[in-house]
Amino acid sequence: MREGLLNLPRLKLELRTDRSRFAVVGVSLMAVIASFAVGMILLAILGRSPMRVANAFFIQPFTSLYGIGEILLKTGPLLLVAQGLAVGYRANVWNIGAEGQLIVGAIAAGVLALYFDSSNSIFLLPAMIIVGALAGAAWAAIAAFLRVRWNANEILTTFMLSSVALQLLYYLVTGPLRDPHGQNFPQSALFSDAALFGTLIPGARANTSLLLGLAATLICYVFMQHSIHGFRLIVSGLAPRAARYAGFGEARAVWIGLIAGGVCAGIAGVGEVAGPIGMLQRVLSPGYGFAAIIVAFLGGLHPIGIVFAAVLMALLYVGGDFALVSASVPNAFATIFQSQLLVFYLAGALLAVYRVRLIWRSGQVPT
Amino acid sequence: MTLLALEGITKSYGPTLANDAVSLTVHRGHIHALLGENGAGKSTLVKIIYGVTQPDAGVIRWRGDAIAVRSPAQARALGIGMVFQHFSLFETMTVVENISLAIPLSQRELTRMIADIGSRLHLEVDPEAPVHSLSVGERQRVEIIRCLLQNPELIIMDEPTAVLPPNLVPSLFVTLRQLANEGRAIIFISHKLEELRALCHIATVMRQGKVVATTDPQAVSADALARLMIGRSMPHVERSGSPPPGEGQLVVEDLSTVPTEPHVMPLDHVTLTAKAGEIVGIAGVSGNGQEELLRILSGEVQLTGLLAQRVRLGSTAIGELDAFARRQLGLANVPAERLGRGAVGSLSLALNALLTGPRDRLVTHGFIRSAAVKKFAGSIIAKYDVRCSGAEAEADSLSGGNLQKFIVGREIELSPKVLIVAQPTWGVDVGASAAIRQKLLDIAARGMAILVVSEDLDELLAITDRIHVMFRGRLSSSIATRGTDVEAIGLAMTGAFEALTGQTEPRLAHA
Amino acid sequence: MMDTLMFIVLGTLGATTPLLFAALGELVAERSGVLNLSIEGMMATGAAVGFAVTTLTHSYGLGFLAGALAAGALSLAFGVLVLVCLANQVAAGLAIGLLGLGVSALVGKPFEGNTVPPLPKLNVLGLTDVPIIGPILFGQDILVYAGVALLAILAWIFKRTRLGLIIRAVGEAPTVARDVGYPVIGIRFGCVAFGGLLAGIGGTYLSTAYTALWTEGLVAGRGWIAVALVVFGSWIPLRIAIGAYVFGALSLLELSIQALGLDVPSQFLSALPYVTTIVVLAVISRDATYLRLNRPVALGKVFRSDG
Repeated sequence: MREGLLNLPRLKLELRTDRSRFAVVGVSLMAVIASFAVGMILLAILGRSPMRVANAFFIQPFTSLYGIGEILLKTGPLLLVAQGLAVGYRANVWNIGAEGQLIVGAIAAGVLALYFDSSNSIFLLPAMIIVGALAGAAWAAIAAFLRVRWNANEILTTFMLSSVALQLLYYLVTGPLRDPHGQNFPQSALFSDAALFGTLIPGARANTSLLLGLAATLICYVFMQHSIHGFRLIVSGLAPRAARYAGFGEARAVWIGLIAGGVCAGIAGVGEVAGPIGMLQRVLSPGYGFAAIIVAFLGGLHPIGIVFAAVLMALLYVGGDFALVSASVPNAFATIFQSQLLVFYLAGALLAVYRVRLIWRSGQVPT
Repeated sequence: MTLLALEGITKSYGPTLANDAVSLTVHRGHIHALLGENGAGKSTLVKIIYGVTQPDAGVIRWRGDAIAVRSPAQARALGIGMVFQHFSLFETMTVVENISLAIPLSQRELTRMIADIGSRLHLEVDPEAPVHSLSVGERQRVEIIRCLLQNPELIIMDEPTAVLPPNLVPSLFVTLRQLANEGRAIIFISHKLEELRALCHIATVMRQGKVVATTDPQAVSADALARLMIGRSMPHVERSGSPPPGEGQLVVEDLSTVPTEPHVMPLDHVTLTAKAGEIVGIAGVSGNGQEELLRILSGEVQLTGLLAQRVRLGSTAIGELDAFARRQLGLANVPAERLGRGAVGSLSLALNALLTGPRDRLVTHGFIRSAAVKKFAGSIIAKYDVRCSGAEAEADSLSGGNLQKFIVGREIELSPKVLIVAQPTWGVDVGASAAIRQKLLDIAARGMAILVVSEDLDELLAITDRIHVMFRGRLSSSIATRGTDVEAIGLAMTGAFEALTGQTEPRLAHA
Repeated sequence: MMDTLMFIVLGTLGATTPLLFAALGELVAERSGVLNLSIEGMMATGAAVGFAVTTLTHSYGLGFLAGALAAGALSLAFGVLVLVCLANQVAAGLAIGLLGLGVSALVGKPFEGNTVPPLPKLNVLGLTDVPIIGPILFGQDILVYAGVALLAILAWIFKRTRLGLIIRAVGEAPTVARDVGYPVIGIRFGCVAFGGLLAGIGGTYLSTAYTALWTEGLVAGRGWIAVALVVFGSWIPLRIAIGAYVFGALSLLELSIQALGLDVPSQFLSALPYVTTIVVLAVISRDATYLRLNRPVALGKVFRSDG
């Protein structure tokens, strides 16, 4: 067995005595700056002008009502889903299938809209929201059941269910739900007006989805910070043995954790389909379900932090579209940038809890 | 001849000065005791000797030369070996596999060497046995063998007798004396004064990071050593004349379990009763089913069907209920592990008070009443002398003793009918230990039924009214503590329950 | 129809190979205690980079090497996050996985639409003329055989060698392993990197041998199935390989069903691997005891080297 490594300077971790909220915010900011820097370098390598791209990503979206509207439009579902996911993540319940739960919610709402396509009732939209929430919850509940009853790892089951949901959508829009007057395109008929969200700002596409996201923020904030139910989830995530010691059921944490995400994702699905898309089609979401995971972590799993992270992520989506058009930056760049954010955040999260000391040559000090 | 010399070793962890200019000399052929209460700095010192950590200042001389021990591997190469209190063994692997990870020889050769050492030094163990199937005493032998196979000149043993039943201690001492006679040196860490006086040639006493004395333990009384260790006389607990015990509050009747998980000890017809106003103890080396029994009693493991009837609080069957429901009915418990189980380290004391605190006072309609929670935590801190920076202090910032006082206090403040306490003073300094034991006696005198499970036989003898012994999932019947024969209990801890009553236990039979 | 069936059976080993490489790589990482969920992204990166290099250099060797190294680089980034920055392993896996998908899209886009000649099939011992079993056993491409060899080597390593014992030790009780003197972080890094290299090879195989072209979404969830396979196989190499084979066969089911002339919507067949994964996972996980006996005890838990 070999001896210890060369006498290199070592890093030593010391628990901070001042675990303040500012440290966490600092880490988020640092992650943004670092991603930004790396992104600029990458762009330079790709032969794009970093300044032009930065302009496209961060300035252009704010210069038009349309741009701002798009940011708000995209913030809605990201915020909504991330809040739901964060509830579970804090309890160590890993819901990776929000995309699928979103799709299922959209399908359920869509089916309702198509069935009542001649209705003018003001109850149609609320009914769609409820049905969408239930569908998303049910899809997540499958994974919860499998975990609670049969110990199946929810990371894998939720992801798999997500892929299944996508196939289900493809099947429905090419088959049973296909618009008979739609020239064989894989999409359903358009929803009637009663089944669509109104826009919030004339001239922009932002809709009630955003309000639902803000409502979710408020509910999650109160739930996690001030209710005993949230406390139980937090303890389950921090110290499962302590949770058992206190009688906080693990099964309950799993159910709540997964269904919270499912409900939020389902509603977000309704928001897409009753919003900008207005029908069922193959592509319902530009990966909101997965982007929301990043938003949740980037926001430190805290309801308020997630608001900022959601806006940032929405900006990146919109900026990516602008950049594609004005600086021909491939869409993949946006994905890279998003994931980089999370990577740097995770890399730096350590610093919020520990102080890192560099220790030079260890060993005896001559007296 | 001097083997190891420490000069002015200093080490701090943040604001705490763990070792303060410690100097120590160890000679060949000596068994050198290192004595001190929890937190005195003994563990830090040996970690420095063994290379697990490095001193901030000071010199280590090995056979005269100044050296820097940068890793355990280097320590071993120098000839320093260590047997830890908490075994460094891989449970799913066999004895030979475990040892082969430390010693680069073929498994066949190692098997031969294990048998050889085993017979020579009273350290017999089956090389092919998976470690999880070994008893604690056998696991310790594996640790010692592994250490010896590296041919150390200095062996450090950290509280080796803490995990042994009393009657296995003599054979360990025979082994150690033999090793000393072979010319090796042994540093023997312990806080058990009588043992040290029997075994060791020389004793270094540490207190609060400093060396306060170096003396021949055989020339000094145990009380004098104790006084050196804690700076004052050993505190004694006061037992008021207790009223006769009341009704049976916690009853376990003929409970046998069939475990569904690996490495779990099945319980075998366990029967016990804890009555109001009395303290019942369960003695025994860890790993004989205490943990399983405790989890069933606390509600962390729930029973189903008919089994659930066998655990009762008063006349109510509670086997199916979770820990929260049991607390509502009046059963509180203090677990063996503080951080991660009894308290959540990263949360404040206030939130930790909410963990098991009285729900009706602290939560309304599902909402947490922050002011009430803080007040409750504050009252625990004040009443139980918990030294901390306040209710907002994080649990992991407290010392072991203070956190234990907090947890014990929190459970007592529920005014339960029954309190179950596991290892009440493990890793706790002498002052806090005395306070906790006194508290238990006081609340028992006021009518609470208390069940104490502890590896520390002296502790049980000091505070309990009756004692059971647990061995391999079986629980002996209880005997009155006062006037009991300690040796009989020691024998019972190795399975000979009949030693307690002088009669054959009706249910012995199978091995 | 016989020809179609033959084609399918022949193709199964080809479909199995990327799963096998990825799953065995993940096995090594998990045995050392690290849960790496970024396999999908690593395979995607391997696929894109491998395809690009193969197209540019006309050399499969360089292509596979490049793909492996690219995925390996990602796995090192993952290692830094998880082993040095002590990040949550699930979050880090997702982050790196997404990064891998992004990199893959970026690198692969210019090459979309190209094809390479698929990896040539060998003629081992000249026995491909033997009817039926000839082509199946002796006429596969080199990586299929490499996969089998890999399986054998890993099985032997974990069962009989000291290295396997050390890795198992690190995955079971890292603090104990550290106390005994092993560099836990270093060993885990090595295992994670090894897993990355293999995932990269698996991904490159997809784009240069299995489909001989690159598109976005080529990996199609195989990385996740590979993670599931490790659980299915109870962390035992041979069982994982059997699982990989079954899933390889499943993915060809679509063709078989069409060949048999049955009218099943293609989406059902596409969903089949995922549904199967869920079902098998549930069934295997039911026996909690069995799972706990085989699962590396420290899997997924953060390890502090000075803790």
